[in-house]
Amino acid sequence: MSQMIDLQAEFEASGAREVLEALDAELIGLAPVKARIRETAALLLVDRARRSLGLAAQTPTLHMSFTGNPGTGKTTVAQMMAGLLHRLGYVRKGHLVSVTRDDLVGQYIGHTAPKTKEVLKRAMGGVLFIDEAYYLYRPDNERDYGQEAIEILLQVMENNRDDLVVILAGYADRMALFYNSNPGFRSRIAHHIDFPDYGEDELARIGEGMMEAQNYVLSEGAKAALAEYIALRRVQPQFANARSIRNALDRARLRQANRLFSRGGVVEAAALSTIEAEDIRASRVFHGGLETARKGDAA
Amino acid sequence: MRVTQGCFSFLPDLSDAQISAQIDYCLSKGWAIGVEYTDDPHPRNTYWEMWGHPMFDLRDAKGVMIELDACRKAEPEAYIRLVAFDSTRGFETVTMSFIVNRPKVEPALTMSRTEVDGRSIRYTHQLVR
Repeated sequence: MSQMIDLQAEFEASGAREVLEALDAELIGLAPVKARIRETAALLLVDRARRSLGLAAQTPTLHMSFTGNPGTGKTTVAQMMAGLLHRLGYVRKGHLVSVTRDDLVGQYIGHTAPKTKEVLKRAMGGVLFIDEAYYLYRPDNERDYGQEAIEILLQVMENNRDDLVVILAGYADRMALFYNSNPGFRSRIAHHIDFPDYGEDELARIGEGMMEAQNYVLSEGAKAALAEYIALRRVQPQFANARSIRNALDRARLRQANRLFSRGGVVEAAALSTIEAEDIRASRVFHGGLETARKGDAA
Repeated sequence: MRVTQGCFSFLPDLSDAQISAQIDYCLSKGWAIGVEYTDDPHPRNTYWEMWGHPMFDLRDAKGVMIELDACRKAEPEAYIRLVAFDSTRGFETVTMSFIVNRPKVEPALTMSRTEVDGRSIRYTHQLVR
């Protein structure tokens, strides 16, 4: 074939490189996810080149499934995926519409279809991110309106492949169950991406990054306390990875503010932006864990 | 008789691609888009039936096109127009409106004159089907 296309030039021109670099820079850990997204980007780029040479006519199926525990960055990655798909020309606007069951399923008969369609209209030209998608299907209640939303979704996922990309997200085991009971979804989703839990040092880096973004500094003692906190918190129930860390740091900011305020007098800028070890160590995680503390008060 | 009201009405009918492009322009301005229809295109008939709610939070023309297609399917012989509403404080009004569907045979407008108070004339227009 005489026609040629420079993939590297295509890659540069599309602006996909910036998205992939942002993905690398902003997200800590998640190596398998990054690898998968790189592969997907390469596939889409090659597909685009093929299409421009007239070798492929159809839009590839781009609907995805993100599985993983809470707080592992599914929404953040979905946001970047929307940007990537937009740069590569697979969605027209590249915005992300994030919804849950409540946004799709109505409360009475005839309420679901307009509600779902409303959301789909809003998501046209972008990416529809359905968090905890398995709640759409309630096997214990055969009259559940979720089924209606599922049917509309499936229809749109098939007929409007050029107009929007649907990403379903949720816990791995419950999503597997969901796909088993809704084979229509499984066959319409091409990319399954699994989000692993973060390691302890990754969580510590995430926490420091979060504080840095808000112009806070962790003192050396606080860093050590945070590392200990993470090790303790991870083994306790209801651990939500990065989200738990963010909440813990929010509470540490609260304690820091309280500490500075109750001390009174003049405060300097450095003190205002430094989180000390005591702010973190006051957490109930260090004092017997969540279950024992929950009955008393929330620390 | 071809009814001419709103934007583009002296041009040939817009194709769907052209309608989409106009909607994209409206959305880029932050205007909300509503679909309205009527069987009475009299110039004094300001308020047409609404096809669903105006769409305030769309990003892409496809969302409007879905509603327009549904409206065309339900009312193929009606006049359908798209109205763009600018909610900016101080404007808060329709800023753009154009017809996107017409019946196959359009009614004609006739004018009748009534003499009142001697030689004064009052004019009125009526649709003739």
